[in-house]
Formats: sequence, C-alpha cells, structure tokens
Amino acid sequence: MNNSSNAGISGLKYLADLDYSVLQQCMHCGMCLPSCPTYLETRRERNSPRGRISLMRAVADGELDVSREFGQEMYYCLGCLACSTACPAGVNYAELFENARAEVEYHDVLFSPGRRFWRWITLRQIFAKPWLLHAIGRVLWFYQASGLCWFVRKIGLTKLLPGNLRDLEPSTPVVARQFSDRLIREVEGGESFDFRVGMLTGCVQDLVFPDVNRDTVEVLLENGCQVVTPRNQGCCGSLHAHNGDLFQAREQARRLLDQFDLDKLAAVVSNAAGCGSHLKHFGVLLKDDPLHAKKAIHWDQKIKDISEWLCEIGFRKPEGASPSDDFETVTYHEACHLCHGQGISRQPREILESIPGLKLVELQSATHCCGSAGVYNITQPGQAEKLRKEKVACIEATKADIVATANPGCHLQIQNGMGERITARHPVSLLARAYRSEKKNR
Amino acid sequence: MKPLGRDTVEELRTIVGNDGVVTSLEDLIPYGFDGTAALKEEAVCVVFPATTEEVARVVRLAATEKIPVVTRGSGTGLSGGSVPVSGGIVLCLVNLNRILEVDSANLTLLAEPGVITREIEDAAQPHGLFYPPDPGSMKISTIGGNVANNSGGLRGLKYGVTRDYVMGMEVVLSSGEIVWLGSQCVKDVAGYSLKDLFIGSEGTLGIITKVLLKLLPRPESRRTLLASFGSMTDAAQTVSEIISSHIVPCTLEFLDQKTCHCVEDYAQVGLPKNATAVVLMETDGPKVVVEEEADAMAAIAEKNEAISVEKAKDQAHAVRLATARRSAFAALARIRPTTILEDVTVPRSRLVEIVSFVEQTAAKYRLQIATFGHFGDGNVHPTVLTDETDGEEMERVEEALAEIFQKTIELGGTITGEHGVGLAKKKFLPLQFSDASFSLLKQVKKAIDPDALLNPGKIFDAAI
Repeated sequence: MNNSSNAGISGLKYLADLDYSVLQQCMHCGMCLPSCPTYLETRRERNSPRGRISLMRAVADGELDVSREFGQEMYYCLGCLACSTACPAGVNYAELFENARAEVEYHDVLFSPGRRFWRWITLRQIFAKPWLLHAIGRVLWFYQASGLCWFVRKIGLTKLLPGNLRDLEPSTPVVARQFSDRLIREVEGGESFDFRVGMLTGCVQDLVFPDVNRDTVEVLLENGCQVVTPRNQGCCGSLHAHNGDLFQAREQARRLLDQFDLDKLAAVVSNAAGCGSHLKHFGVLLKDDPLHAKKAIHWDQKIKDISEWLCEIGFRKPEGASPSDDFETVTYHEACHLCHGQGISRQPREILESIPGLKLVELQSATHCCGSAGVYNITQPGQAEKLRKEKVACIEATKADIVATANPGCHLQIQNGMGERITARHPVSLLARAYRSEKKNR
Repeated sequence: MKPLGRDTVEELRTIVGNDGVVTSLEDLIPYGFDGTAALKEEAVCVVFPATTEEVARVVRLAATEKIPVVTRGSGTGLSGGSVPVSGGIVLCLVNLNRILEVDSANLTLLAEPGVITREIEDAAQPHGLFYPPDPGSMKISTIGGNVANNSGGLRGLKYGVTRDYVMGMEVVLSSGEIVWLGSQCVKDVAGYSLKDLFIGSEGTLGIITKVLLKLLPRPESRRTLLASFGSMTDAAQTVSEIISSHIVPCTLEFLDQKTCHCVEDYAQVGLPKNATAVVLMETDGPKVVVEEEADAMAAIAEKNEAISVEKAKDQAHAVRLATARRSAFAALARIRPTTILEDVTVPRSRLVEIVSFVEQTAAKYRLQIATFGHFGDGNVHPTVLTDETDGEEMERVEEALAEIFQKTIELGGTITGEHGVGLAKKKFLPLQFSDASFSLLKQVKKAIDPDALLNPGKIFDAAI
C-alpha cells in the first residue's frame, strides 16, 4: 500500500479540502461531552468530540501538523457517533472522522512495519477480495471444526503468538460451515410479490452469522418480498472508510454498486448496522466519480436497515403462543451505527414487541458503545474491554434470557463478554423463529 | 505569548503529578475555547488538580511567578469566561468531582466544584429533595461553573437562579489562602455577605473549591401545557394575566415566529401554521393545586385568543409538548455555520417590546435572528444565525447586537441575564454601569485580587 494510491490523487489534503462549513458547524457548546465514552473515561478535552474537531480544524487551518499524537487521538476515538445524536448543531462527525483518519494514513504518522503489514493484508487483500475472504473462512472453519484449534490451545501453542494476538485468540469468531451464498438462492420468492428487494450479505455476517442472513431472507419472504441476492458480494468498504482507507472504500463501493440493478429494486436491505450506516453515504463517498456518482445518490435512497424496511412496509406480526414453552425476556442493545449512525431506535423494539411470548425489558445505557466499534477491540483492547465490562454489567442487571442486537461486531463482543450466561440474537432472527414456530403450530 | 519556563512546569508537576499537567499542542488546542462562538486563545499549560490543597499550591506558584490563572469546569460557558488568557495557566477542576454530603435534616448538599449539575439533582432525588436551577447545559456543566456565573435556567420565575441556592463555599484566594464563606444557617448576617461577591464573579476574584447548596422538597406533581397564539401581544397578555391572578408557574417559555418555523421544519411537532408565538407553561406543587392552576392557565390562554391550547395527559404527552421548546436551539443551530446565542433580559412587562425590536433590527441589518426564551422572567435569547468567516456580515451582526443591547438598557434591562459578561460582553458593560458603579466593580477586583492574577481581562479590561 503506497501513499499515492491511498490518497487517490497525490498531494490531496483530506481535512483542508473538506467543505469548511462541515468543520465550522461545530459551535463547541460541549453537549457532546457526556455522550462520549472516551471523554467520560479521561475527562480530557482532546479525547472528546469537540476537542477532536478542534484538532481537525487546526490541521485544516495549517495551525497543527498531522502528528503522531494527532494520529493516536483519531484512533482512540471509537467512531461510535454518540456525539452525532447529542449534537444540537447537526455536525457530520462521521465524515470528519473518516477524513481525519484518511489524513493520518496519508501522512503515515503511525507507521510501524507491523502496522503497515496488517493493514495491507486485511484492508487491501482479505477484505478487498471476496474469494480470498471465503478461502480464509474455509481454512479457519476446518481449523476450528476439525479439533485442530482445540488441540493447539490444549498443547499451549497459542502461547507462541505475539502478545496482542495471544490475548485476542480465544475470542476468534467461530466460522460457519456454509456461507450465505449456499444458504440463499440468487432469487427467492415467487412471481407474485409486493416488493422486490436486494439483499446485502456483508462480510463478517456472511462468514460468522450466515444464519442471520438466511433469517432475514425468510422474514422478507413472509412479508411479500421477492429477494435478490447477488453472488460473492464481499465487503461494502465500511471497514476501509472507518480506518482511513477511502481509496479502497471507493473501490469496494463501486464494486457493490455494479452488482445491483437499482431500477428493479424497491429497496436494498442490510442487516448489519455498521455496514448500513456506511452504505447510506455512498453519494458523498463517490461524489467525484464520473461513472458512479449518480447511481450512488440513488443507492443511498434505497438502502434500508432490515428493521427500518419491515416497519416501513408494515410487517406482519406473528401469531400464536410462545416459540419456546416458557415466557422469555429479551433486552435490546442498540448498535451505535444503528441508533446514532442511522437514527433507528424504535423499529427494532417494535419487532421485538410483536413477538408472542417475548417480553422486552429495557437495558440501561442501551445506546452506549459496547467497545466492539469495528476493529477497535483489536486496536485499543484496553478501552474496549472497559466498555465491554460496563455493557455486560448493564445486561446482567436486566436478568434477560436473550440480548438482541443488530450488528455482528456487537453480537460477538457481547457474546464473548457474557459467555454461556445469555444468548445474543439479531432481532430479525427472533422474528424468523416466531414465524417458524407459527407454522409448526398450525 | 511566551511559553512557561521548564522550571515552572516541573513545579506544577510536583504539585499535581505528571499526569495532571499537559503542555503539548494537541492537548492545548482543545482548551483554547469554551462554548462561546468565535472566541479562541491558546493556553500554554492546562493543570488538573484533584484537591483544594493542590489548587492552593498552584495559585501560590502562579502568584510568585505572576502567571495568570483561568479556572475552567466543563467549558460550556457562553460569554468566553473560561477562554484562556494569553500566556496563562488553565486550571481545570473536573477532577474535583465528589458529592461530599447530602444533609436531609438541614436540606443541604456539599459538593466539589467539578460535579456535573445533573448529578446534584440526581443525588437529591432519592432523598425526596430537589435542586431547582436547570441551565440548558446541565447534563455537562459543572456546579462550580454555575456558581461562578450565577447560572439561570427554565425555572427562574418561580425558583430563582443559582444564587438563591448557595449557602456557603470554600474559596482559594489569589494569595493561595483557603477561606470558608457563608454557613449552613438559613439566617446568617455576620459581616458582609462575601459569598455573594463570589457568586457570578466569573473566576476573577477567587477559585471556588467547595459549594454548600440549599435543596427543596420535591414538588408532588407537575402539569404541562402548550399554547399557540396569532400574535406575541396575545401571548404576553396571557402571561400577564396568569401572574396577576397569583399563579406562579415554574415554567413559562416562549418561541417567536421565526423559531416556530425552524422548529416545525426540524422536528415536525405539529405547531399551528399561523402561530407567531408559542408558550410552554408548567406548574408544579401539590396535586390539587396543580390541577386547578393548569385549568386556570388554559382558560386565560383561551380568553386571549389562543389558536390552540393543549394540556398534557401524562408524562409522555408532557415530554412531547416540551419538544417544541427543547428543540428550539438545535433547530436554529443547524441553519447557519455560526450561532450566536444572546441573553438580554428586560422587566417582564417590556418583553414584547424587546422581541419586536429584535425583529426590526434583524430586518434593518438583513440578518437572521430568531428569539426564544423565558417569558416569566423577561430573559430572552435572540439567536443570530450567521457565518463567522464572512467579515462583512459579522460587522452587521456587531452593529445589530449593539443596538439591541442599547435598547435593552433603555427598557430598564440588563445585557446579560444568565450567561455572564466574560469577554463577549465586556465592551457593553459600561453602557449598563454608566455611573460610578463601573469603577466600584474595578475597586472590588483590585481589593481582592490586587495583582490581577485570576482571569484577568474578563468582565472588564485588566487594570495592571
């Protein structure tokens, strides 16, 4: 990964070239401070949204060089966007944050050989090439399913890993046997339908939770939709955009746009909050792309989170008794990029409340970040762990049987934090389960 | 601006520890401003003490070295009071953040200055008690900052402002001495009421390190109403009649026509299209009284040609009605890049005059100014929507504001009801203190902080 390809055009300044009114929109009133997990941790302004924006503005104004400290600060930010919800002035923090990280990468101020290698292998190889991601998924599945993983852990070989990886190894997600393309046909649902919708399978969701994708399709079918799922979709580029690689993010976005015929679709549905909040802003991302700019704006209007779409079309409430015999309680953790990134809070609750035999108990601080935040739990394990502990304590206080959440990152983070004590599920999976049990009881 | 000497920084580190002092550019830039638009100054050092003793030692060091000290809490002030002074130390008190005592026998609460205002209210609640002042930034503002600025809020008419709840305080003087002012007694006339001098002194006289607050029993019940009017005069007449019929609501908030339009565009709360004034009313107290008062207020509004009057049926409904007022600032702040929030205040009976004067002035200078605020106490917030990078427009803003301040004083009002003078309004202070009172202000400063060490240049220019 060399710098010129990263910047797109050599010499491009991300923050200085931004529309200045985006930076200026922050009136530094401070209303974001109590919503920011890192400010609450340190009570230092530089670790707060308005503090970070002042640093970005200083860079844009030429008052501050893009320094290593600046870079570290931009990566200490979770990107949870809780500040966007709290902001009275409607500052577009997501755009500022992505450009600031891109600026950090362009100036390479956080350089280390290891960091460069990992960024290259993940952003430019594994998550840039769907076939490679699937191939690695297969290998990992074999390693985990064959007992090899158990054996390696047993004889203590994991101790040979470098410190950071060694700590993370136990929380490696369990890869599914079959990925989404095996579970979902390219077109599902007959010729009589109310809506034809496109389905996004994601990358982590595809490898680790393809069942959530299957459930999404089933719920859509139950609600009069024909579902079109293009093959080998790959990563939407949110991972790249959130990590300062806007060049590759544009590449991923173009690839995805080319796979969907928007004129024939009423909506394109995503079930992963982190992807959805990125997918809705292709218009800005590709605004200078001569071939894709127009389609990207069209795309933004069609992207819907699954819960948003279901409520928009008035989904059918499942009938009948409890899916399991006992009354179950569920609590709802709001994925940051669903509630803060997309402003969707009511709809997932509406889905959960529609399910017979399921009782929704509210979670304290439901909109606080769980610490997953994309790859934050890998890059900033200390802070991520603190947030996970807080989240786990709140979930335990609800005594719920199930915790529902609509993002694979949160799902893994919470499941790893809670272990056997609770089951994490996507709200749409609970709805699919209710539809299935309805049929069984018929 | 000269950086602090290395020795000074080292000494500061020995007082508050290595982590308690920051000097890098990346750390300082975010402390260069507070919540005020278009004001910025670079600090040379930010210090985070954790005890009164540390505060006193930092002040003693600053006094020896003649380095100015600017005290800061969460930095949400709206007059530039906690913007750094060139070459000075910023003393940030967010780590003095403990609630030391809730005394339910004497109905008082003792807190350190860095406690968040909301936490005071949260700590009072389980005891069935209540801390009434509720400034707009209470979720993050500190109680020390509230006392230093004598902050107001939405409940001023019935419950007064921060000053009415401060019984005592611990203060570090510019000499570094620690003094206690006031007491836990309701009646206390020993000597001058020195605590009152420090309330609203904006960090220019001393550094407040503990606050003793008065609490009230929690009102049993509360009722919210929202009334829309076709003219501001009808709204004002309603407010006058409510008060003359001896009802004292805890909230009487209004939005002018421009604010109504912006709120409707932003939040779609369902305000009538022809509304030019909206009033949010709230009464609290014993249940029976509250019901009677709510009915009476509704009847008065209807008598005065209200287009609509809505009475909250339950808590959720009350929240919905309050949305119009609560989202006023957010609705305005997103229209233009720079939002300048003013807080001129007039006697209640002159409110209609100042609101219409603001409207005329906005038209005269071709500016967007929306007004909302506190009908009950005459405190209005003309909010200028502008762009600080447009020099020509900013000149018009300056001229328009000067006219508004002049008019306010003519009406017997004050240039600031709750935000303070700080840097933003010091130019206009002599307008209001036109007699010998202005030099009296300066004499007080000179007597208490002779070397102009504490927040110099705020409220009025530093004399030394």
